[in-house]
Amino acid sequence: MNQTQSSGSGWVARVWPLVPIVAALLFTSALLLLFGASPAEAYRAMWDGSFGGSDKILGVIAFWVPLVLCSVGLLITFTAGLWNIGVEGQIVLGAIFASWVALRLSGPAWLLIPVEIGAAMLGGALWAALSAVLKTRGRVNEIFSGLALNGLAIILTNYLISGPWQPPEGGSFRGTAPFQDAALLPRLLESRFSPLSLVLAGLAFAAVFFILRGTTWGLKLKALGKNPASAYLLGVSSERETIMAMMFCGALAGLGGAVRVLSWFDSLRQSISGGIGFLALLIVMLAAYRILWVPFIAFFFSVVLNGSITLQLKTQLHSSLGGILTGVMVLFVLLFGSAKQLGIGGQASTGAGDAPEAIPPPPADTIAGDITPNVRGGD
Amino acid sequence: MNDSQLIAVLASIVLQASPLIIAVCGEIMTERSGVVNLSLDGTMLMSAMTGFVVGLRTDNYWLGFLAAAVVGMIFAGIVALGSIRLGQSQVAIGFVLALLGDDLSAFLGQNYTRMSGAVVPKAGIPLLKDLPVVGPLFFDQNIVVYFAIVLVFVTWWWLNRTQAGLQLRGAGERPTAAFARGVNVNRVRYLYTILGGALVGIAGAAYSLNVKIGWSDGHVRGFGWIALAIVIFGGWSPIRGAFGALLFGATKALATVLQRAFPEVSVVAFNALPWLLMILVLLAVGSDYTERFITAMPHSWQRPLRRVLRVSPPMALGTAFHEG
Amino acid sequence: MRVELRDIRKYFGAVKANDGISLTLEPGKIYALVGENGAGKSTLMKILSGYQPPTGGDILLDGQPARFHSPADALAKGVGMLYQDPLDMPPFRVIDNYLLGRDRRLRLDYKSARAELVALASRYGFAIDPNATIDSLSMGERQQLELVRLLAGGAQVLILDEPTTGISAEQKEILFESMHKMTREEGKTVILVSHKLEEVQELCIYAYVLRRGKLVGGQELPCASEALVEMMFGQLPQRSRRPAFTLGTPVLELQDVTINTYQLTVPDVNLTVRAGEVFGFAGLEGSGQRLVLQACAGLMPPGKGHVRLGGQDVTGWGYHRLQQHGVGYVAAGRLEEGLVAGLSLTEHLILARPEKQFFIDWPGNRAAMTERIATYQIVGQPETTADALSGGNQQRLLFALLNTPLKLLLLEHPTRGLDVRSADYTWQLLYNRRADGTAILFISADLDEIIAHSDRIAVFSGGRMSRVVDARETTADELGHLIGGQA
Repeated sequence: MNQTQSSGSGWVARVWPLVPIVAALLFTSALLLLFGASPAEAYRAMWDGSFGGSDKILGVIAFWVPLVLCSVGLLITFTAGLWNIGVEGQIVLGAIFASWVALRLSGPAWLLIPVEIGAAMLGGALWAALSAVLKTRGRVNEIFSGLALNGLAIILTNYLISGPWQPPEGGSFRGTAPFQDAALLPRLLESRFSPLSLVLAGLAFAAVFFILRGTTWGLKLKALGKNPASAYLLGVSSERETIMAMMFCGALAGLGGAVRVLSWFDSLRQSISGGIGFLALLIVMLAAYRILWVPFIAFFFSVVLNGSITLQLKTQLHSSLGGILTGVMVLFVLLFGSAKQLGIGGQASTGAGDAPEAIPPPPADTIAGDITPNVRGGD
Repeated sequence: MNDSQLIAVLASIVLQASPLIIAVCGEIMTERSGVVNLSLDGTMLMSAMTGFVVGLRTDNYWLGFLAAAVVGMIFAGIVALGSIRLGQSQVAIGFVLALLGDDLSAFLGQNYTRMSGAVVPKAGIPLLKDLPVVGPLFFDQNIVVYFAIVLVFVTWWWLNRTQAGLQLRGAGERPTAAFARGVNVNRVRYLYTILGGALVGIAGAAYSLNVKIGWSDGHVRGFGWIALAIVIFGGWSPIRGAFGALLFGATKALATVLQRAFPEVSVVAFNALPWLLMILVLLAVGSDYTERFITAMPHSWQRPLRRVLRVSPPMALGTAFHEG
Repeated sequence: MRVELRDIRKYFGAVKANDGISLTLEPGKIYALVGENGAGKSTLMKILSGYQPPTGGDILLDGQPARFHSPADALAKGVGMLYQDPLDMPPFRVIDNYLLGRDRRLRLDYKSARAELVALASRYGFAIDPNATIDSLSMGERQQLELVRLLAGGAQVLILDEPTTGISAEQKEILFESMHKMTREEGKTVILVSHKLEEVQELCIYAYVLRRGKLVGGQELPCASEALVEMMFGQLPQRSRRPAFTLGTPVLELQDVTINTYQLTVPDVNLTVRAGEVFGFAGLEGSGQRLVLQACAGLMPPGKGHVRLGGQDVTGWGYHRLQQHGVGYVAAGRLEEGLVAGLSLTEHLILARPEKQFFIDWPGNRAAMTERIATYQIVGQPETTADALSGGNQQRLLFALLNTPLKLLLLEHPTRGLDVRSADYTWQLLYNRRADGTAILFISADLDEIIAHSDRIAVFSGGRMSRVVDARETTADELGHLIGGQA
């Protein structure tokens, strides 16, 4: 059946990836018209905000780096069948740990920066481990523990900023005092972009690519994600791998948090994550869990999100328009599937060459599954 | 604190809990039919915004509630369509809608932040409101609170004592068996997902028109997720769910009391209470340690303890159904 | 009601599950429908009871053509089907389960429904408490309840799919009695789908035999069972003979093992299984045998007592640790517990191997899997995903994934759902294991299988383990009594 469809409607397959983009643009255009703004002007403002100058482009790249870090981390947890919604809080904890080093220790940059990065990864991993242990030991679904830990992470930030880490010139809810110069990642051309962070993201990407493609650990996660009961009987420890997968993702998210405080900002701020964790979840879903798509989709998100900030500055329209644009796209793809899911045209994935095969989304019944008491106990 | 102050605090807990109760009842109906609507947070933000704006523009809070219910139905309808008709992941669609609702409400409501609009007036019920204790708690409130209280019992009755309720539960427990008995499983799921969505929508407006009056960015952010957690804590039962909602309502009051008692502690610390409570209640009903604790108790206590402490979800929750 | 099936066809893609089946069923009689696994019995019965529409062909009820849109529609027109796993609502009360879909009014009339349910049940000799919850009932009681529901719904034609699997001897008698009442006194038509030829001989007056989607014949009953078997398989299958074997040292020792779950307590199990021995656990499902098996596998910690493996105390060891010490466990649900849908055979092998490499050696593992595919005669390639294999091949894959050597092999229903040939091959593989000195402990719902393949047998009833009986000296009758709880 698929065969006949693909031969009969090859053009549909080729055009299909554009359909969600067009649908999302139409939807946001309608919103703009509703508010009396010209869509053309608005999109031009967004474009200028992303590409109107080298500083803007570097800004897009600087925002893109933590998105990639979190997205590839999430690929690991999605593979293991986990909805790591707590990634947002893991970014925040990474930022807090890095900030602690930056505020409390001093030393040369070559020493301080690795310590900051290590601390950030540790912070993110520990926060993720909390979610994982709540799941394996307490049977609390990771979606809910993740949300609660996100909330708590933000509250912790606010507490630190308004309390112990408040800048000497007086309490404000804005952020801590700027860090010492040696603590900041070396940045390119007065921008927010640090080439070092790009190297780190590249390493993370390569690591995840090889883990999923050629390691026993990756295979264990795959088995766990597809069928935990069978995986257990095949010798995969669900508790161990769940915790490891979460901590791996948490470490990368924490690294993303470090990049946020040490190069995007220069201090710990109130909304330090900037919603990057949630965006990363959307990116991975839009990429249909295929790693080679992640950098490109993350870049698109970065462009849209940076552009919408400029939009707000220029037109006074709320910057959530960028979130709406990407959200509608993801929703559209989730509802109507990528070209591959519809069975029209397989070429969508051939471009990826020898990419690891697509990982199906985690089972839908995760909410229910975790609170069933002791699944394996019955007779 | 004297008695009348205490009663005032308790009455405010009931008021604070009322939107949660409405949302929880709606989501219970949806989940008992077998569908998880994870979009609650976004839905409630959108409906709170819509309810407030419509109430402000028309100066009629009834129209606000109506518009909010329609918003809830649209969001729930997308979840139902995506999962039932298109066979996609309920969790993924619900989650994306939760985020999208947040952004949409921020954009659409941007010109209405921090304004005053229509408000649900207080309306005590004659005679009943003069009863000691229960009078001020439950009968000297307003129509939203009364609706929430009645809804709890109606939902319970509907689920447990009507043919429609049997069919609804059947669709969520074992859809093949329900189908064999002539139940149109997917139609039932559409119906209760959308009905549940309408109630969630009303719950959003119950915040912006009654409990947390007005609109601002992210006005009721987090409450949708809390409602979803209460559904689990409440073991998918409306009466237990209502208790859960009151418990969360109490954290707000408790935070105020604690703040007064410990003024030196930063105000932000008390915001952590609902999140901590969320983790704790889910741990209580889920963890293996609870089971061990029950097993260590005298034999005659185990059954009632298990009833109180353990919960089990509808068996077919979150799974697709195909006829034949 | 007289039922006529005319040229019923059901195609799933290229597979012809039913390929032009025509047969007639007269009222007041019990018919048997027999055939090996995959012969098309369940497909045909699903079509007759409205669960699936046929690709082609006609159903005539009392001479009138009928088309069923759903099972409920079929029941309204007089055809009801009792599934092996009754289609009821486990968390519901009996009365709610009975009422669901029956009454079209909103408010439920409990009073008259209770009276109706109890009256109808007692007419067929069933005792059902309307206020009990279904998950507290035995399989036999759930069947009775489902039968009552079908009869109350107006069934004139009743299809019973393997109704005697998992019910007690006493319940079986009641069931057979009720079937006679339905046919002889009430003129209903009953169709029994069964593997158990003795029951078919005892109950039915005529058997229709299916093979590979076609009706290959009919046979007046009773007759010589060989005649039926020959029709079912084309030729008599060779039963593998149990090779003689001398038992070795004790491998598994259970000493006063007690297991507590909140549904059931299994008290004081004492048992020794020797190297090369095949030990069978019989009993109704949920009588405790699976708990003991899981305790041996490290999946269920015993409340007290000791478990020894080859003399070493392994009480409280987890599954993965026992796995490394030579214990193999094969659960009943192949794609639910054991195999991962979507993973290839090679990927399964990599996961199952005890030595774990960090980086995967793909060519090496592919070669190793190719070898095992040949050894275990699996129809598939190293790249095939486990869910694409047939049931028998999935079972072989599970055996192929077990490590060698094994001290102890624990099996749940090793041949459930397999046709005779696949089942036979499975036992050949198991006998090979036994020759390596592996002790085998298995549970099965099929008494014949237990008697045919075990050296010794223990029966579980309500959590208690019976005395151990020698398989050569026991009969299905004796085991049946033990299953019913009689000493």
